[in-house]
Amino acid sequence: MSDGSITISAAIAPAGATRRAVQAHGSRRTYAAYALVTPAALLMLVMLLGPLAGVIALSFTDYQLGAPHLSWIGLANYQDLFADKVFWTALRNTLTYVVIVVPGAVVAGLAIALLIQSGTSLRSLYRTIYFLPVMATLIAMAVVWEFMLHPQFGLVNGLLRGAGLPAFAWLQDRNTALYALCAIGIWQAVGFNMVLFLAGLVSIPKQLYEAAEIDGASSGWARFRLVTWPMLGPVTTFVVVISGIRSFQVFDTVHVLTKGGPSKSTEVLIHTMYTEGFEFFRSGYAAAITVVFLVFVLLLTLVKSRLADRGVHYT
Amino acid sequence: MSNAHPIPFRAILRHVLLIAGAAVMLAPFIWMISTASKPQTEIFSSELHLIPHQFALAENLREAFAKANLLRFLLNGVIVTVSIFVLQVMVALPAAYALAKLRFVGRETLFALVLFGILIPPQATAVPVFLLLHKAGLLDSYAALVLPFTISVFGIFLMRQFFKTVPDDLVDAARMDGISEFGIVWRVMLPAAIPAVTAFGIFSVVAHWNDYFWPLIVLNSEHLRTPPLAVAHFRNNEAGTSYGPLMAAAMVIIAPLVIAFLFAQRRFIEGITLTGIK
Repeated sequence: MSDGSITISAAIAPAGATRRAVQAHGSRRTYAAYALVTPAALLMLVMLLGPLAGVIALSFTDYQLGAPHLSWIGLANYQDLFADKVFWTALRNTLTYVVIVVPGAVVAGLAIALLIQSGTSLRSLYRTIYFLPVMATLIAMAVVWEFMLHPQFGLVNGLLRGAGLPAFAWLQDRNTALYALCAIGIWQAVGFNMVLFLAGLVSIPKQLYEAAEIDGASSGWARFRLVTWPMLGPVTTFVVVISGIRSFQVFDTVHVLTKGGPSKSTEVLIHTMYTEGFEFFRSGYAAAITVVFLVFVLLLTLVKSRLADRGVHYT
Repeated sequence: MSNAHPIPFRAILRHVLLIAGAAVMLAPFIWMISTASKPQTEIFSSELHLIPHQFALAENLREAFAKANLLRFLLNGVIVTVSIFVLQVMVALPAAYALAKLRFVGRETLFALVLFGILIPPQATAVPVFLLLHKAGLLDSYAALVLPFTISVFGIFLMRQFFKTVPDDLVDAARMDGISEFGIVWRVMLPAAIPAVTAFGIFSVVAHWNDYFWPLIVLNSEHLRTPPLAVAHFRNNEAGTSYGPLMAAAMVIIAPLVIAFLFAQRRFIEGITLTGIK
């Protein structure tokens, strides 16, 4: 109803009058603009940009929560950090996690997307099933995984024993705990990557496949190698970077299932940061760990924005 | 030509592979439901069976609700996610409109800061924001759970991109009608942007319903716990003893989002993959 009245009044207002009105209201509109952006700008400053600057500044201080003062200690936190064996263990574990989960979740996501797209039946059913882990609260599912990996009564060892294979104490064994967490990470991320790949596959023009077929690319593999893979290149890079950034942030499964153990075998950066900052309240030291984490994430982000600058966009 | 012989074989192979994969993806869900339906004695038996000999789902659910105030925790989840989303929209929409449709000094700078803000991972600001809430005496409250997320730079970016596609004529016409700039945001732009707001809403609600890191940091009191914290505490308290009720509790916690997802999967997938643009 109001739409109708808007169009009519716009139609009867002469163009000149509109322009004059626009000018007259120009400065009032500028005030309005500032009024409209002020809440967002303030909150951004207080909750995002300020704290970002704060975390960098804090990393050069000895601040501990509740301490009456803080003093500038230069690079001492970083020196302590680089001299700490736990930090290097956490960094190595985080990188191991990233190096396993990223290829795992990307290759599986691509394979599933290709399989779903290669036929027409049951597409949306499969998509729903594979996407389910993305939706389900990770903490709740981590607890379920813990029971599935139970040394005696778990499904995984039950199946292994049934097949005559050796069983493991998965999360309680320092040689397998990190890999068990990687498996949960891949399980959770696959569906997300699959959806991005599906979107990429749909956007490949059909004519390219027809042209490839005319040129003699008759096998599925040849079509994949000549058309699909090159056309998906940008999507793939994008998915790799996104998965990388997310894997760097791994925390939930570690905190609820292993607390970094056994014997630090699953200690990861954000978990170390959490322990130092929110259990021991060594804010300055935790800030230094955060800065190291930020450097890695920003490096990955740089790769992504370089790609975005080249005009690569998807939804 | 394409009706030649290998088609049925390939179609079958496709289903075999996809069903095998689906079994792995669904295994935790099936195992969760199966365990939640078994009595204690069947859970602690080394013989594997999916369908319980004796159904105990009701007992396990009753025990879960008795041991933990699950209804309260679910309510907390709803209060926190809804408050966050409503405040995010109230803050982001006006800013997005101004960035998309109004000219003012500092617009480009502000938009550049929004783009920069998107790159900051949530863990990066945790220590200073925690100290800020500590100084303000707001730790261990709903405010601590909600306030840090009232600003969504991603939401501003998303809505600004959407508002760019709304024709200027519509805005000018509303002005001729005497609607204020503030009124335009809510009476003209918001109705036009419902699909984008819905997608952002799903993204926001799923992210905060499932969030574990932040509630873990700022909460102490039991009555404020959000669903993920509740599961984690349940697991720690019952360590290794009552898996039936634990699995039943996990079921209850994931149920709201999973059911909503099954009913509107296209919208959910759209909303959640928005992070892909991040």
